[in-house]
Amino acid sequence: METIAVNNSFKSEEYFINMGPQHPATHGVLRLLLTVDGEIIKKVEPDLGYIHRSIEKMCERDSYQQIVHLTDRMDYLSSHINNEAVCLTVEHALQLEIPDRVKVIRTIIGELTRIASHTLWWGVMGMDVGALTTYFYGFRDRELINDIFEETCGARLTMNYNIPGGLMFDIHPNFVRRTKDFIAHFKTKLPEYDTLLTENIIFQKRMKGVGILSKEDAISYGASGPVGRGSGYSCDVRKYHPYSALDKVAFNEALGYEGDSFARYQVRIQEIWESISIIEQLIDNIPEGNHQVATNAVIKLPKGEFYQKVETARGELGVYIISTGTKNPYRLKFRSPGFSNLSLLNRIAVGGKIGDLVATMATLDLVIPDIDR
Amino acid sequence: MTRFFSITKNIHEWLFDLMPEGLARVVEMILIAVVYLLIFSVAGLYLVLLERRVAAWFQLRIGPNRVGFQGLLQTMADALKLVSKELTGTERADKFLYNLAPYFVIISSLMALSVFPFTKDFQAFDINIGLLFLIAISSIGVIGILLGGWSSNNKFALIGAMRSGVQTISYELSVGLSLLTMVLLAGSLQLSEIVEVQKGGWLIVQGHIPAFIAFMVYMIAGTAETNRAPFDLVEAESELGAGFHTEYSGMKFAYFFLAEFINMFIIAAIATTVFFGAWLSPFGITESIPILGVLWFLGKTLILVFLMMWFRWTFPRLRIDQLLTLEWKYLLPINLVNIVFMAIVVLLKITI
Repeated sequence: METIAVNNSFKSEEYFINMGPQHPATHGVLRLLLTVDGEIIKKVEPDLGYIHRSIEKMCERDSYQQIVHLTDRMDYLSSHINNEAVCLTVEHALQLEIPDRVKVIRTIIGELTRIASHTLWWGVMGMDVGALTTYFYGFRDRELINDIFEETCGARLTMNYNIPGGLMFDIHPNFVRRTKDFIAHFKTKLPEYDTLLTENIIFQKRMKGVGILSKEDAISYGASGPVGRGSGYSCDVRKYHPYSALDKVAFNEALGYEGDSFARYQVRIQEIWESISIIEQLIDNIPEGNHQVATNAVIKLPKGEFYQKVETARGELGVYIISTGTKNPYRLKFRSPGFSNLSLLNRIAVGGKIGDLVATMATLDLVIPDIDR
Repeated sequence: MTRFFSITKNIHEWLFDLMPEGLARVVEMILIAVVYLLIFSVAGLYLVLLERRVAAWFQLRIGPNRVGFQGLLQTMADALKLVSKELTGTERADKFLYNLAPYFVIISSLMALSVFPFTKDFQAFDINIGLLFLIAISSIGVIGILLGGWSSNNKFALIGAMRSGVQTISYELSVGLSLLTMVLLAGSLQLSEIVEVQKGGWLIVQGHIPAFIAFMVYMIAGTAETNRAPFDLVEAESELGAGFHTEYSGMKFAYFFLAEFINMFIIAAIATTVFFGAWLSPFGITESIPILGVLWFLGKTLILVFLMMWFRWTFPRLRIDQLLTLEWKYLLPINLVNIVFMAIVVLLKITI
């Protein structure tokens, strides 16, 4: 009997897609060079630089007060925390004694910023997996926080509320009441997030077991923030190097252990609850006192190297200043959380589908100006 | 072939008096086609408006409410804008296929509308294989999507088109099988006949459990057929930009867009006809005034359309492999078992 030779040498062909810099899923001007086999991702190469403004170089020419304003434009969703990072570094270098009032207000606004950033992320996360309605729910709650910010510091996004030595002005008389109102309101709205998205079976199927990042990888790639904690890597700067009033409050570090997209998702939702708890502990006991301490009009840092890190909504932001004793830094370097988190993408997205890549990228919560600076 | 109201009957007789029978038949068909085209293009536009208002309602927004009374002219204005827009295209696109694709989609959608029994004697063509015709004609649309994606010379469009091919071919089975389950009960493929059977009670009531399962499967598969969320992988705006119609502009884009909404109407209309007694009112309360049947038909259809909009604005999107798993591992086996179940129910006459 004659046997028919079956041709098993069928080969699928890899092809290349240019995702971005204008693409709805890259949330900004990130460009991803994808090598794809059908729907399966073979390689992800992030291409950066589309929004590079050389902020670090500009810092070398600016005074320390001016540098604070530039940091708004890095991770614009946690602008207050960025400001705080530079101010803390400068204050640390000058060995300024900061009033407790400033510390507490900074922490409250920092946590409000974190909530605002996470609610925006939650909305966009839903949008990336195709549930468009979440976007509006997230923005509804973020809007209330922005209103509080607007009243106190006049800005909704780029806040510029911190200055080296304290705060630019004191909090608005309504601040405490409105923050309390918001917290009370938000506590009833946050469970809606779970019923709308978290408990959805399609969403869980899209998230669970996708984009798995092991703890070892998280550490070796320098992951921080919710991305690292989703893999069980305990890396909360607020816990290990408390700054401002964070040493006075009790809170749990949100940790996940699976390392998949769903763990990262849940860590962020958990973080919102923790932030609420931090604000609740502080909002009733804002100490009286000055909202700033006097500094020289021209701040000259002593000669040396100074480093301070803070936990932004995205992870660990480090500020490294080398000073030669003049009014400008000799060199300034930001260690931005988004950059390290983005470097993971190739590691965790390869082997998944195109849809997985988008969902995974959403759980990394990238802000491109933070990566490019 | 055509059974209309008295006005249409007069036109029908006048036409047949005026010219030889063959020509009169052709002219009559063209007239019906033009009327349907006008009615359903406008209906499609208002479905777009409904979708936008429903979406706004879900999303804590107001939605379009400026153009005309309560925004009623908004989509008209949009359509005018699209008509007046320049038709752009990509370089090195397969021009012939690129231009042909939208017509496949829109024509197949509009053709499917011709067999629906909107009320007693209001049905353009009552063919005896109506249901089969509907299933057949609705699968032509995917050719347009495939051609459009393929000929655009755009990789995102191509991925979208390929997804669409896989998706539509898979879910066609479930749509067909779940409707077949109901055909077992109704005993006919002719839509007017299926309506006639339901005078004693809607088929979803008559067929109780298997009919309800068939309805669930049909709604899931039907939503997938229309390429709408949660099965909108074809367009998946966060993954592929706009999917297969990325490179289309102006009126050609509008054809795709309109076809999506008309398809949604068709899927809901089939469900209305097969499961919910088409134009029949509950308990025959308006049996004596057949013209009200149109309202009943549209009412039932719009409820199902609203259901599909509800899906779209609530659920996240499935991934391509999950989509296929759902069809081949869950819906299809359920469907096959359900057909047997229904056959037993019909055989033992344990219908309600």
